Amino acid sequence: MHHPPMPPISRGFRGRRSSDVDPARVPPGQYVTRDFPVLSAGPTPHTPLEAWTFAIDGAVDELRTWTWDEFLALPAETITVDIHCVTKWSKFDTHWTGVSVDTLLDGLDTEAGYATAWCDGDYTTNLTLDDLTGGRAWVAYRFEDEPLDPEHGGPARLLVPHLYFWKSAKWVRGLTLTLEDTPGFWEGYGYHNRGDPWLEQRYWGD
Amino acid sequence: MSGRLLWRTVTVREVVPETARARTLVLDVDDWPRHVPGQHVDLRLTAEDGYQAQRSYSIASAPEDEALELTIDLVDDGEVSPYLVEEVRPGDQFEVRGPIGGHFTWDATRGGPLLLVGGGSGVVPLMSMLRHLRARGGGIDARLLLSARTAGDVLYADELDRLSGDGIAQVHLTLTRGTPAGWTGFARRVDDDMLRAVGPGPDAARHVFVCGPTGFVEHAIEALLRLGHPPQRIRAERFGPTGGATP
Repeated sequence: MHHPPMPPISRGFRGRRSSDVDPARVPPGQYVTRDFPVLSAGPTPHTPLEAWTFAIDGAVDELRTWTWDEFLALPAETITVDIHCVTKWSKFDTHWTGVSVDTLLDGLDTEAGYATAWCDGDYTTNLTLDDLTGGRAWVAYRFEDEPLDPEHGGPARLLVPHLYFWKSAKWVRGLTLTLEDTPGFWEGYGYHNRGDPWLEQRYWGD
Repeated sequence: MSGRLLWRTVTVREVVPETARARTLVLDVDDWPRHVPGQHVDLRLTAEDGYQAQRSYSIASAPEDEALELTIDLVDDGEVSPYLVEEVRPGDQFEVRGPIGGHFTWDATRGGPLLLVGGGSGVVPLMSMLRHLRARGGGIDARLLLSARTAGDVLYADELDRLSGDGIAQVHLTLTRGTPAGWTGFARRVDDDMLRAVGPGPDAARHVFVCGPTGFVEHAIEALLRLGHPPQRIRAERFGPTGGATP
């Protein structure tokens, strides 16, 4: 078995380990911030709510769509989760309100094992249905009891907190269910296909 | 990028002061894969007791340069940047892996015209593009609009002068917190008129790159969209929290 060489000691580096952070909640290579940094690849889209819809399409027996008002009428959940961005920051105890993906897929007949989340601004990300179901993924439209800001993905974003946050696609407008896995935007640029922060799956081959 | 991105030990060859809050680390690294301008690296520090901290930094050097250069801006209350800006000296070692990223990138084969808009240390990946263009002999319409708080906060000021004087790029500076005597550049936040004056306009600009603090990038992109630049030609890289200070 090959062991990586010992990392060099960075002379004089002591680090700043805060005593108020539980290390068991910090995935490898991450640091905890109280800010909410923004990562997006292009302009922030501003889709009017009258024009907003959410769709479940692809390998499904019926196309499902909701208008904004219909979406708000779905059963919502408010959750408290830690989030982890591949750019190294983690943020604890964030509060979100949204609709569980389980609710959106409830009763649907599909052979699909994967989904591509598609978004305003042409962003996409791919996930397994396994990662999107079982009470682990939501389409969230409120953050800290306020409507979600456009910079952070409003009016609604995917929220998959057990994966790196690029999987929690901003400005999400639908999920296309697929029989085969297709890499999304960042996944095609060298980022890991699944992105589990606890396994430090940042890039291809991690 | 097919295999795993390995951590590589780098040795600091030289430390170059840039401003009161930023400096460039010139790094020796074995077998560094050639990067594309705009890409970044992950950097990892290890303390004597094994504690590690990682951050991402844009690459400042051109792919043609012999050494890898990172320009580090001091983040108040930061954990890693104070060490890199205030403590590191030649001979010190840490690790990097990369290069990383494939969207916020440009090389001369993609042509121009090229419009680069930077806020503060957001100029760093844009500088890699301009240094690459210089190494390729220029010949592409490239324009940089750089916003900084004061003249003392402008990164690479002398080199930007030379790039401009040598006709590699048109360089425009704007200062938002006061100007020195005799200042002939802009002296306000980036706005529609400024972008119109800098050009190229939406019909001509093929590639637009905007990098800086989140608030700066949102503000600059809104102005670019108002001028008619198609959103799919605008590539952005943001850092820091929402509502962060505008340089």
